[in-house]
Amino acid sequence: MTNPLVPQQPVVVANPWETLRRFTAARIALGRAGGSLPTAPHLAFQLAHAQARDAVQLPLDQAGVASDLQTRGYQTVRLHSAAPDRATYLQRPDLGRRLAEPSRETLAALAAHAAAPPELAFVIGDGLSARAIHENAVAFLDQIAPRLIAAGWHLGPVSLVAQARVAIGDEIGQVLGAAIVVILIGERPGLSSPDSLGAYLTYGPRIGVTDAQRNCISNIRAAGLSHEAAAHKLAYLLDEARRRKLSGVLLKDEAGTRLPLTAD
Amino acid sequence: MPVYRHTIGTTSYRFNGLTDLLAKASPARSGDQLAGIAAVDAAERVAAQMALAELPLTTFLNETVVPYASDDVTRLIIDTHQPAALAPVAHLTVGDFRNWLLGDTADAAALAALAPGLTPEMAAAVSKLMRIQDLILVGHKCRVVTAFRNTIGLAGRMATRLQPNHPTDDPTGVAASILDGLLYGSGDAVIGINPASDSTAAVITLLRMLDDIIQSYRIPTQSCVLAHVTTQLEAITQGAPIDLVFQSIAGTQAANAGFGVTLDLLGEARDAALSLKRATLGDNVMYFETGQGSALSANAHYGVDQQTLEARAYAVARHFKPLLVNTVVGFIGPEYLYNGKQIIRAGLEDHCCGKLLGLPMGCDVCYTNHAEADQDDMDVLLTLLGAAGCNYIMGIPGSDDIMLNYQTTSFHDALYIRQVLGLRPAPEFEAWLHQLGIFDGNNRAAVTSALPEPFVRTLAQLT
Repeated sequence: MTNPLVPQQPVVVANPWETLRRFTAARIALGRAGGSLPTAPHLAFQLAHAQARDAVQLPLDQAGVASDLQTRGYQTVRLHSAAPDRATYLQRPDLGRRLAEPSRETLAALAAHAAAPPELAFVIGDGLSARAIHENAVAFLDQIAPRLIAAGWHLGPVSLVAQARVAIGDEIGQVLGAAIVVILIGERPGLSSPDSLGAYLTYGPRIGVTDAQRNCISNIRAAGLSHEAAAHKLAYLLDEARRRKLSGVLLKDEAGTRLPLTAD
Repeated sequence: MPVYRHTIGTTSYRFNGLTDLLAKASPARSGDQLAGIAAVDAAERVAAQMALAELPLTTFLNETVVPYASDDVTRLIIDTHQPAALAPVAHLTVGDFRNWLLGDTADAAALAALAPGLTPEMAAAVSKLMRIQDLILVGHKCRVVTAFRNTIGLAGRMATRLQPNHPTDDPTGVAASILDGLLYGSGDAVIGINPASDSTAAVITLLRMLDDIIQSYRIPTQSCVLAHVTTQLEAITQGAPIDLVFQSIAGTQAANAGFGVTLDLLGEARDAALSLKRATLGDNVMYFETGQGSALSANAHYGVDQQTLEARAYAVARHFKPLLVNTVVGFIGPEYLYNGKQIIRAGLEDHCCGKLLGLPMGCDVCYTNHAEADQDDMDVLLTLLGAAGCNYIMGIPGSDDIMLNYQTTSFHDALYIRQVLGLRPAPEFEAWLHQLGIFDGNNRAAVTSALPEPFVRTLAQLT
């Protein structure tokens, strides 16, 4: 029985350094129940992890995204990588880098009917977060594409690919005969960033291109790099890539971007 | 190439050389399947394990998995092998070696004496015949003690690396996480930052900050900024206060080349760190990180399974007498270790094999968000590693590394495992925790509403 005259320690011990939270997004000063994580921060973590997990597992809404693209007047082609399902995709990155045979044939037929090969082809791939695509891809294209068209770029069809890794853009660019490919892809979700989009630019795309030949703009999302700022960076990189006929490490210093180890 | 065979009933299995035999005998994991070297089914895997069990241990001295002529890790393994140390078990098969390891003859002294006689392939081979409890028991019997400003790896103790990472290396942000960790009793293995930037200037800024903190609070621990080894060497040249030199390493020369390192470079780094004479209790100045799958990821695996290659990385590590080695077991992603089950087993294999080879093994008990794993899996691995006598684990605020975007063990996790298994910090650090009132006499977290005196001023300055 507790003695009402003796002050009791609260069950959850708060930390007197909570004010330091304004210096970092790290989960500091969480307090403790005994030595363990109190219920509130424990459940906050579980929620963040659940959101990241759901982002990884969420299927790409190809019909919805394709409809949004077509409404805006983009020629759109729906494709699938050689990874048949999510479990295979996660264990076989090599399959996510290649088109399924029927998709390759679809794309080749499209290329055969084109008047001329495009200068630039956009690819939208789910990568490790379809949520990043659903929340960012079309809005980002709205920022960048009109700007490119006004600057005289000849754009190819937009490829919308399920179970895609970054390098699938190489095969797509090669089949279309595009001078440059840009793939917009869902990045590996962090606990606080389940919706992060990456944009990878490759000059002279073909199967077997290495990551050193790409430029990347990372963390494109509401709480990260804005669509407008990312479009500005990408437009700069595209102009430079077209002018200098290259991409990758030789462009990276001037652009101030670097290749992160995500969703390759 | 020798062919190994095993017959079960009417089925005859054939294995083309040691590399194939080891790969097929390896417990299932996605990385070996990705490499196309895994057993085709569960029965072939056990057939390979049975064939491996009959193999004399000395086979590994005569047949290499990566060619001697083209790989300096193989040369290091063969050229530094000590036959006299192997003598007590040299007559055994791999299967009998497992029995010997589980027997009472194999105590801490016998295992320490054996280590220089073991090659990584021998350790990997016997681990493939082991269940989880064997990996724990054998790891538990090994004792590897190292020292810099404190003593790591003593019986009944487990240390933590305080990992105060920040996405932009902001010094105040890093300091906030360090203060949080110290007040939760973390940081005896090392206070080690993964920098976002590999620039020498940024690395030196962090090194100076860590040195100031360790000196002003008189913390019996050591610091490290986990930049590339060449960046740390340049920092030493510029007069930076480096305690431990860090580098990621792997099990083949080609994979190490992918990390931008050679054995000579690692030797040069160790000499440079020793020349600073900053250690007070020992000469262990290196910190290495490894992880299954790194060689395949670098396309430098020679068809060898990822667990054997991981053990070969330990041969590289032990040559440089590190203070700390840890396997970053779940960081690499599900294409190498698919789920909690694979991560848990790999962590215990790595701990056991590293300890058998004489290394001060720690483990980054961790996972990424695209792996089939969660906090429950990490609790299982942490608890099993505590039972296995793991030298140290990571400690970060709330398990969430906001720079590397993965989850590892938290400060709270360390308090949990200490409480359940009665594990104590490194003795010198433990005395400091008691002196400041961060831990009470039972090593339970003791800070409540009042901060320890030295931290009161710090907090006032920061806020």
